[in-house]
Amino acid sequence: MSVIYLLISISILVAIFFFIAFIIAVKKGQYDDNYTPSVRMLFDDELIHTKKESTPNKDSEAL
Amino acid sequence: MVMENCFHCGLDSIKEDQIDFDGKTFCCNGCKTVYEIFSRNDMTCYYDFEKSPGATPLDISGKYDFLDNESIVAKLLEFKEENAAIISLSIPHIHCSSCIWILENLQRLQKGISTSQVNFPQKQVRITYNPETVSLKTIVVLLSSIGYEPYISLENYETGKNNVDRSLTYKLGLAFFCFGNIMLLSFPEYFDMNEYWLDSYKPFFRWLIFALSLPAFIYSASGYYISAYKSIKSGILNIDIPIALGIIIFFVRSTFDIVMDYGSGFFDSLTGLIFFMLLGKMFQIKTYSFLSFERDFKSYFPIAITRINNDLSEESIPIYEIQKGDRIAVRNQELIPVDGILISDKAEIDYSFVTGEAIPVIKKSGDKVFAGGKQIGKLIEMEVLHSVSQSYLTQLWSNAIFQKKVEEKFKSITDTISRYFTPVLLLIAFVSLGYWIFIDATVAFNVFTAVLIVACPCALALTAPFTMGNILRIVGNKKFYLKNALVIEQLAKVDTIVFDKTGTITTNIKSNISYSGIVISDDNLLILKSVLRASNHPLSRMLYDFLPEGKRLKISEFEEIAGSGIQATIDNTQLKMGSSSFVKNQVENNLKQTSVHIEINSVYFGKYIFNNHYRDGLESLFNNLNRNYQIKVLSGDNEGERETLENLLPLGTELVFNQKPEQKLEFIKQLQNEGKNVMMVGDGLNDAGALMQSNVGISISENVNVFSPACDAILAATEFSQLDYFLKLSKKSIKVIKMSFVLSILYNFVGLSFAITGNLQPLVAAIIMPLSTVTIVSFVTIMSSYYARNNNN
Repeated sequence: MSVIYLLISISILVAIFFFIAFIIAVKKGQYDDNYTPSVRMLFDDELIHTKKESTPNKDSEAL
Repeated sequence: MVMENCFHCGLDSIKEDQIDFDGKTFCCNGCKTVYEIFSRNDMTCYYDFEKSPGATPLDISGKYDFLDNESIVAKLLEFKEENAAIISLSIPHIHCSSCIWILENLQRLQKGISTSQVNFPQKQVRITYNPETVSLKTIVVLLSSIGYEPYISLENYETGKNNVDRSLTYKLGLAFFCFGNIMLLSFPEYFDMNEYWLDSYKPFFRWLIFALSLPAFIYSASGYYISAYKSIKSGILNIDIPIALGIIIFFVRSTFDIVMDYGSGFFDSLTGLIFFMLLGKMFQIKTYSFLSFERDFKSYFPIAITRINNDLSEESIPIYEIQKGDRIAVRNQELIPVDGILISDKAEIDYSFVTGEAIPVIKKSGDKVFAGGKQIGKLIEMEVLHSVSQSYLTQLWSNAIFQKKVEEKFKSITDTISRYFTPVLLLIAFVSLGYWIFIDATVAFNVFTAVLIVACPCALALTAPFTMGNILRIVGNKKFYLKNALVIEQLAKVDTIVFDKTGTITTNIKSNISYSGIVISDDNLLILKSVLRASNHPLSRMLYDFLPEGKRLKISEFEEIAGSGIQATIDNTQLKMGSSSFVKNQVENNLKQTSVHIEINSVYFGKYIFNNHYRDGLESLFNNLNRNYQIKVLSGDNEGERETLENLLPLGTELVFNQKPEQKLEFIKQLQNEGKNVMMVGDGLNDAGALMQSNVGISISENVNVFSPACDAILAATEFSQLDYFLKLSKKSIKVIKMSFVLSILYNFVGLSFAITGNLQPLVAAIIMPLSTVTIVSFVTIMSSYYARNNNN
């Protein structure tokens, strides 16, 4: 039955791991601005779209 | 007439003025240039996210020359090393996703910029660049040239890194972590099954729970201990005392239970309580990051000014270094930072920042010029009389009222209730202790602690934050931005309202213009309008907006004489307009009236008179307010408008004219000494003292992104007529809080009946605590939203 010590300890350790990840995220300022990233993440698609359009241009410049 | 919207900024433009470029129409060259920059750099998808997102770039030549001065730049930077520097710039124009996109792709426009990141709520962009390849000035000029002119004021000076306080997020996260894990580990205890294998692990589970509760008990709840200690020291019984007492008793009792093996303790309820109370705190803090309620003159003043040295060379110096006797130059649209004497011939100074009055004041050589005005027109030179801190306007801030913290001024409703709550609670605890001690000593200890635990006013403490937080959000959506939740309570207590006149109940954007004189023909009106278009004078802009729309004519000659008027020729028609001394060669002795005189082909026609325009809905607002409040109007102006005001306002409204900033402050103080709860509604910097002194200071702002003086609340000018509604809502929210207090006291009775009879089991506590929390939170949220909607109709 001592496996329960092991299991509980592991579960607590996993929880602590995620808690530390949370602290680091807060410290890095990820929770300071919770609006801009939601807009920013939508840009990526648009960027690829425009890059495709402009690739021939850039190639000709390189040549 | 065909009107089309500018592809870049969305402004209407008349067909004749349009510039066609690349198949798109633009309203002016500036907008076209921005488009050109973007299309050259393959960045036209700026226009894909949002329709017409741009702003017309303004002429900024010379404005940022002070950024050549290394020592000034060093004060602005957040971080600097040899090949990397970071600067945060606030850009008021940031308003849509296109803005975010373009500002985060700055590196494609300018070499040397490595990354840039937008903080949308704060309207800021953080740029990392290499100072060896690109200078800060180049970046700022680039931003301005694409219509995103940063706002750099004295406030940015020496701020450097700003430390964000994230402790509440840490505390909340930690409390949630402890609460969740303890809940999980408590499950075996809830279903007390007396199974052998669960029993044998009991100590392990219990000590693990104990260990998990420690961080929440020590760190997350620390704010309550500190606040309780402070309030005991100052002799006030605030709500944090019973909370802190409850938490400590909770912990001591639970630890005692484990040590003595009486039970599992109440660690789950304890951490849950801490978590919910912190959540309430978090909910209450609705910050409008792009607004600031603490502004003083610093956010209006420039960082640097041009000093003219003895050898006539010009030099940018930080304005703190200006000394008496210096000669300084002030350019068009620049703010005068110090009091001084005008050396140049003539100056037109717009004091709208200070007084709310949009019409500029004319000064002649040798006149005294006060700080806070904005020069319009040519560059002027002046000699400094006082340094910044001793200038007329800035001295207002040395008044004692600006040193006080607002939170310390008033007591909140929760604290008032807790003044009665705490003694009653202690009384019940001791009475039941006294009763049980004769029956059973161990039960007596349990009952005593159980009473303090159950009655711990968590529901009470949650009520106000959640109600206020909800109301804060509701009124925020209606463009009434409150500094914090305390303001709502203060609003509900107000009995006297003092309004500033200029800029508050009048608007400086629209003016009431009337014409007196010979009728001007339509053709001539067209000429007039075309000429006005070329002038940047505020009166010209107002008159331009007033005159009917028409075809634009080509001006052959145009001359604007600062402080006098305009002389122009169109199609052989000569036009002269401006002050009466300029047009008629005689001075009119009517100081109370602002007018523009017109002369066409040497024939005097008449004058346009500018009257103050009162805000829409003013009359009905005042009539509504007059029923429940005492209304007073303060004005820095002369009595010119007394009659109009008396007609407009309800009978018996006190009108006080010719008030200086300090006098306004004293006026409010006087009312407060009479025992009144005063709300001040103002706008300009000259109201700053009065706004600060009053119980609630509301500043009216035509554009909330631009600046308003330090105050408790900012109201968008368009919502001015809604003031009545907001006041009503604040009263309703106090009503909601009171109802919820009754509800939570009922809960306490139920809990107490368990506690006093000695039946408080961990499971009962674990059910009662969250249940009361959830009911209270949902009750206040639903009720306050209901009142907000109901009041609206």
